[in-house]
Amino acid sequence: MTQTGHPVLGLRDLSIALPHGSDRDFAVQDISLTVQAGECVCLVGESGSGKSITGQAIMGMIPPALTRHSGQVTFCGRALDLDQPHAMQPLRGREIGMIFQEPTASLDPIMRVGAQIAEVLAVHGLRDRTQRRARLRQLLDAVHLPDPDRIAQSYPHELSGGQAQRIVIAMALAHDPKLIIADEPTTALDVTTQAEILRLLKGLQKAQGAGLLFITHDLGVVADIADHVIVMQHGRIVEQGSRDAFFSNPQHPYSRKLLAALPQRRPNTAPRPAPPVVLEARDISLTYRKHAGVLRHTLVPAVRDVSLQLRRGQTHGIVGESGSGKSSFVRCLLHLERFDSGSVHIDGQDTAQWGGTLPRSLRQRIQIVLQDPYTALNPRQRIGDTIAEAAQIHGASRDDARAKARDLLELVGLTPAAYARYPHEFSGGQRQRICIARALAPEPEILIADEAVSALDVSIQAQILALFRDLQDRLGFAILFVTHDLRVASAICDDVTVMRAGRVVEQGPMARIFDAPSAEYTRHLLEAMPDRGNFALSGVSNMAAQAQFPTDGVTP
Amino acid sequence: MAENTTLSAARIPFVVRLSMGFLALFVLFALFGTWLTPYGFRETALMHRLEAPGLFGSGSEYVLGTDARGRDLVARLAVGAQITLLVAVVGTLIGTIFGSLLGLIAAARRGYTEAAIMTAVDVQLSLPIIVVALFVLAMFDNSFTLLVLLIGFTGWEAYARLVRAATLSAKTQGYVTAQRVLGAGAARIYLRHILPNVFNVILVQFTVNLPLTILLETALSFLGLGVQPPMTSLGQIMSEGRDRLLNAWWLTLLPGTLIFLLALSISLVGDWLRDRLDPTLRGRQIA
Amino acid sequence: MTRIILFKTLRAIITLLVAVTLVFLFIRLSGDPAVALAPPDAPPAVIEEYRQRLGLDQPLWTQYLSYIGGMFQGNFGYSIHTGRSAPSLFMDRLPATLLLGLTALGISVVLGVTLGTIAALRHNSAIDRMVMSFSVFAFAMPNFFFGLLVVLTGALVFGVYFGGSGATRSLGQLLAPAATLGLATMGSFARFTRSSLLETLNKPFMTALAARGVPFRRRLLRHAVPNAAIPVVTMLGLSLGGIVAGAVVTEQVFSWPGVGQLLIRSVETRDIAVLQFIVLMIALVMTVTNLLVDLLYLALDPRMRGGRNG
Repeated sequence: MTQTGHPVLGLRDLSIALPHGSDRDFAVQDISLTVQAGECVCLVGESGSGKSITGQAIMGMIPPALTRHSGQVTFCGRALDLDQPHAMQPLRGREIGMIFQEPTASLDPIMRVGAQIAEVLAVHGLRDRTQRRARLRQLLDAVHLPDPDRIAQSYPHELSGGQAQRIVIAMALAHDPKLIIADEPTTALDVTTQAEILRLLKGLQKAQGAGLLFITHDLGVVADIADHVIVMQHGRIVEQGSRDAFFSNPQHPYSRKLLAALPQRRPNTAPRPAPPVVLEARDISLTYRKHAGVLRHTLVPAVRDVSLQLRRGQTHGIVGESGSGKSSFVRCLLHLERFDSGSVHIDGQDTAQWGGTLPRSLRQRIQIVLQDPYTALNPRQRIGDTIAEAAQIHGASRDDARAKARDLLELVGLTPAAYARYPHEFSGGQRQRICIARALAPEPEILIADEAVSALDVSIQAQILALFRDLQDRLGFAILFVTHDLRVASAICDDVTVMRAGRVVEQGPMARIFDAPSAEYTRHLLEAMPDRGNFALSGVSNMAAQAQFPTDGVTP
Repeated sequence: MAENTTLSAARIPFVVRLSMGFLALFVLFALFGTWLTPYGFRETALMHRLEAPGLFGSGSEYVLGTDARGRDLVARLAVGAQITLLVAVVGTLIGTIFGSLLGLIAAARRGYTEAAIMTAVDVQLSLPIIVVALFVLAMFDNSFTLLVLLIGFTGWEAYARLVRAATLSAKTQGYVTAQRVLGAGAARIYLRHILPNVFNVILVQFTVNLPLTILLETALSFLGLGVQPPMTSLGQIMSEGRDRLLNAWWLTLLPGTLIFLLALSISLVGDWLRDRLDPTLRGRQIA
Repeated sequence: MTRIILFKTLRAIITLLVAVTLVFLFIRLSGDPAVALAPPDAPPAVIEEYRQRLGLDQPLWTQYLSYIGGMFQGNFGYSIHTGRSAPSLFMDRLPATLLLGLTALGISVVLGVTLGTIAALRHNSAIDRMVMSFSVFAFAMPNFFFGLLVVLTGALVFGVYFGGSGATRSLGQLLAPAATLGLATMGSFARFTRSSLLETLNKPFMTALAARGVPFRRRLLRHAVPNAAIPVVTMLGLSLGGIVAGAVVTEQVFSWPGVGQLLIRSVETRDIAVLQFIVLMIALVMTVTNLLVDLLYLALDPRMRGGRNG
């Protein structure tokens, strides 16, 4: 612990100007904050809020394009000269450790990870080889890596995301820094891995008494780990306070908006006469051939005996971590993959009779909205034409299709005047609305949403989820909702299927799965879910119900 | 959109505008250059052999001088420019279409088709096109059609590789998946959705390939194995002037400079085009 | 790992085989190979003997096999010109071409990589713009024109006539054609090195290294350079093709007594046996080089080797 009484980190009126011609004048403006020893300060904001650049600025690593800045950064009471790389160099990695969002990308791909950790030790003065090796071993143990010798000899691409992040954390902690800056360190990781990494990071930080500046967009994570919360929007701090004060009584409208956007479990739907089944999968199995050389390949079982029923007007969630086979399963349902065995029934019709493809009449009934709205639209086609084409493929005349496209644009909350615009003119949330309009053009009975809100900012995510619910109420289609995010699943699903390693772990009504999971893995997933105690929602639970935000879907 | 285009039109760098200007002049010269001079490009004048260009003050009535047979260099350069340009453009188009098509087919069909096409690419990579061209020209009678065809094969393998890669990557994009789910046919998917998206790749490669084609034709002609007299090309003029480098410099330096400036201008315009179209550079912003 | 090496080798062999087959087909299509392959001035009886030995009365498939069989016995035919065997003519010329080509390649790799590195490190500076301009210049400059300019400059400015006999009596006599030959390759190396290094310098792991306090020199030499070198290595294979193609023209301009000159003369005189041998040797050298480059790539980039632990 620092005995001087100075906070580990202090920022006073930090401003960083953007180059002329940017959409705003400052990347960050008048940022003031402090991080005490042993304290975890969470910097929260959506993309473009300036939270990451704040972290870089503290390291003296402001991108060269952003030359003009003002304000003061103090570290343990000393003012830092951010423009002097030579002055900053000894601090980086020694006094201040940094952890990044993409663990694998932040490691040199052609150097063994052990050597990379050793390098960090060496450049900050640990010259002795044996000492270095001992410290390396100590660090690998500290971040709980199994089989440290093998891991140290591995290249980054041979490690999982979680393992790579542990290596990055080991590097950040190599010299027992006084401050750790973690920039979205768990965003790229699976939920169970995220929970482990958060626990590890928090434990190590507390043990060392270091200050932790944790940059994230996820208020659930904040509720779990923060001592102090700072909310940023458009480069400014809009609110800050202690964790308890912030969550129990958020002041700024933007904070409230963010909190209200957190997915909330939908109320229990009363027992009802079950509507008819529109989509049924029976014992689907899919094996990928992975080529491993010239004439040799290994068989990778992607989906194993998965069955599922989707009822008219209902939402069925498929939940799983990466590699669970949920997306492969969906591709089987759409006959984008030739599965090995099992059958798909749409409205009771066995699709096997069409020999591995779907006729247009059935394609019309089942449509998909994909994860990445940036690649889901043909960049060279006007968005109206994209939607109209979808209707035209299913028999609409050109004029009808165009009229329908305009109607659909309006239906998903865009103006019909957007018809003639190109995808790059829209934001991510708006593009996802366009994708939904395209999927709805053939008037399907079944809509598959494959991680359809995962790439979006929290507040946009809430809007798109609301749109799905609203359209479902109006049009009555069934939704198969694929997601890695249990919170999102709980907000929209009637039934849930939990998948792991290609198999169904558990299946049943959402409330039963969440309240009384029977499978060990489901319990594990639920425990890993950020903000399990719903602490983040405590302050807004009363106001969230009537919270209304303007849609982002007006004009681009 | 409109706002975008006007903005960028003003931002065309000076060298690129200069290059575009030169290209326009070159095309005009190739098309109408023969009108600038009273002499025909095959018209010999034994009394006026190897006259230095009048333009540089030799007093000759031949503005750019004459060759060893007294033929007017203005007329010869104009016709040479015409043939060089024609061979280059037609040749490059052949390579572009052939290579792009193979790349598209490889990516669309995969499997053995793809393996066969990629083997062909490997074979081409192991034999420089000029060697292939020389070999074939020795085997068969040199005809203009054969020459254009051979030159057309310049760089087809680059198109095939680039278009294959671009198509494969386009195939994994969401918009193609969405079309498949909609039940769109292969023709619709490839022609309406994939081709427009790999078009930039083809266009940029075209500007890389065009100078290469020009250099191949002029090199072959310079070696005396390309365009044959009485026809002429810029390389062929140089070939005839090569032995008189020291006493009749205009016979090599003038066509050589034209070839160089032509290739240079196309490259500069192409570079600029690539910077503008490259999606990895586009929209790279801070914050 | 062994599997990948075997696979790459197999691919190289297939490539070579296809090239050989194409050469065979072209020779068959173009005329009577017996005349081409028999010694010059051979009486009709000898030609007939060749015809039978080549099995020209046999089906094409059998002919093809005996053609390949002949190659393994070192039977590549004789020059119509000199009556000597094609390989011996080729070997006479090879040292001169190797000297010229390797000098050119050496110059262009060393200077090109250096220029590219400087340009990347001084991104957007005047030096960067100069290097980029040079690379465009080098790409667009026809080497026969540049060669003539070098000869002209040598004669007018230095009073030296480059390429009189092509012998390497002085360093200048070697450097003039080597520089001409290496110019284009140098430009592309500079450009490629620059873009590869720039890309690497902008990778997240380079930022991460800076954030860990690794000094700039070390970041550059131990991390950026090895990573950026990987794609540059692949350029080696491609640039060899450029050197081979350029040598044909450059040797002609400087009267350099190498394989390129032999190639041109064989084309002019339709010396099929010699021509065929040269083409096959070029294909062999290029294929082997590309294979070596592939293997080097494998050695440099652990990601290409597949999961060792997985």
